[in-house]
Amino acid sequence: MIFNQKMECAGKEELKKIQSERLVKLVDYVYKNSSVYKSKMDELGVKPSDIKSIEDISKLPFTPKDDLRDAYPFGLFSKDIKDVAEIHVSSGTTGNPTVVGYTKDDLELWSEGVARSIACAGGNKGDMIQVAYGYGLFTGGLGLHYGALKLGLTIMPMSSGQTRRQIKLMQDFKPRILACTPSYAMYIAEEMKEMGLDPRKSSWEIGIFGAEPWSEGMRKSIEDSLGLIATDIYGLSEISGPGVSQECTYKEGLHIWSDVFYPEVIDPETNKPVKDGEPGELVITTLTKQAIPLLRYRTRDIVTITHEKCKCGRTAPRTSKITGRTDDMIVVRGINVFPTQVEYALLQVEDILPNYLIVVDRKEQMDCLEVWVEVDEKVFSDEMKVMADLKQKITKSIENTLGIGANIKLVERKTIERSEGKAKRVIDKRSL
Amino acid sequence: MKINQISIFIENTKGRLADVCAILGENKINIRALTIAESPEFGILRVVLDKPEDAKEVLKKNGFIATAAEIVAVEVSDEPGGLAKALKILADNDINVEYMYGFVEKATDKALMVFKFENIDKAISVLKSNGINIVDKKTALGL
Repeated sequence: MIFNQKMECAGKEELKKIQSERLVKLVDYVYKNSSVYKSKMDELGVKPSDIKSIEDISKLPFTPKDDLRDAYPFGLFSKDIKDVAEIHVSSGTTGNPTVVGYTKDDLELWSEGVARSIACAGGNKGDMIQVAYGYGLFTGGLGLHYGALKLGLTIMPMSSGQTRRQIKLMQDFKPRILACTPSYAMYIAEEMKEMGLDPRKSSWEIGIFGAEPWSEGMRKSIEDSLGLIATDIYGLSEISGPGVSQECTYKEGLHIWSDVFYPEVIDPETNKPVKDGEPGELVITTLTKQAIPLLRYRTRDIVTITHEKCKCGRTAPRTSKITGRTDDMIVVRGINVFPTQVEYALLQVEDILPNYLIVVDRKEQMDCLEVWVEVDEKVFSDEMKVMADLKQKITKSIENTLGIGANIKLVERKTIERSEGKAKRVIDKRSL
Repeated sequence: MKINQISIFIENTKGRLADVCAILGENKINIRALTIAESPEFGILRVVLDKPEDAKEVLKKNGFIATAAEIVAVEVSDEPGGLAKALKILADNDINVEYMYGFVEKATDKALMVFKFENIDKAISVLKSNGINIVDKKTALGL
């Protein structure tokens, strides 16, 4: 079902009108209520009266994550803390955590975004939902909770963990929807197998998975093992939490609720917009928030966007799944290169992703890109022509994906250092 | 008839070949025949060993990529035109040789060659029916 037919299926001009009105009001509001935005706009020489329509958004300053950290705890709020109804905090790996606040209206907005999302994933009033995201300062649990409440679902507020209990209550209550991180969904499936249960016989028909990037390959294995439709939900606490965008059952991109969360996709180097279908950084403006509205927030998530109407009937623009993070991006000969692109290229040649390393160096004033690919038994052959062919295929696939050539080096197993947790994928030897 | 050759992937870095040979030596594994196919960055070392299964296991344990491939050891007359005669028979019967190389020592008074064929069974029967001797495993591996 479509939760908010008017907004989710609005015509282009109608939507633009709504967005424009909201942006004009927002800019006026933050200029008056946030000293941070006032000085940012003054610095750029932009006055609220310069903003007349949504097209003027490019005149506004960006908000990088550091602005939130620097303003810790409440410096970026546009409301007095007494008027804030709820606070959420996301842990920072470096420096201060990020603090966000919601007025009652903001909570209503957040609920609406998640209600639209659950409906978009195929949920209906009367369904039972098992919320296995963490409840607390993290926005996952409460976000899904508020949305489910708004849509009229029966909620199992499980939070994460206690997996056997999750499984038992699923068997007894038979919820139709499971909401958790994709990795936790995989874990539940494993646990069920260990308990001698068939995960395919779970009551869940729909999965709403998010809070971490996941691939199409992972979707397939979750769907195969749990026998459900696995959909992707996107969000971040800075914007509101989960429910900023969501895949419909066609799974051809995540519908972003652009009447309230206005998306731009830009080249992170030049800050200029990219065309539909081209990868760039997702930048979001919260058009209607009150407590901590953000102008042009740099999500650092790399996506592509399309404004084509979807088969499901929604006109809400769609972004791809996150294909990378700007933090991982390297610029080689003026081209943006992401490790995920290299992964994609390697998967076109080999079924399973081999261990790899991207090495960038500068020789005679020229950037050179090398990709080291570990050879394993599956691809190794005693015939040189087979190995040369493999190398050639990888070279071509990488050139097709990146748009620039790379020197492929087939290396022995364990040449590439392994680290616990996140593997190091890029070595940049250039002294820039 | 068929013998397992061990193929090993090695990067072209200093001492890598020595590492492989040292591991084999330490484990009392004897090299009977050897060749390297090389490219600028890596090589494929192919060896016939007296204990191929042990070799594969111990190399893997040391982080090498080692696989087994079936080859045949063929006796050719150690005289001008000896190899040519064997190759002509193969060519006339439309049999492709993937690669070949010689044994380190002679098992008999004839030269001993390693052949890797696309179609090993067909190759064996053609060679045999043309009077070319294929050395058995025991002789080839010096057991």
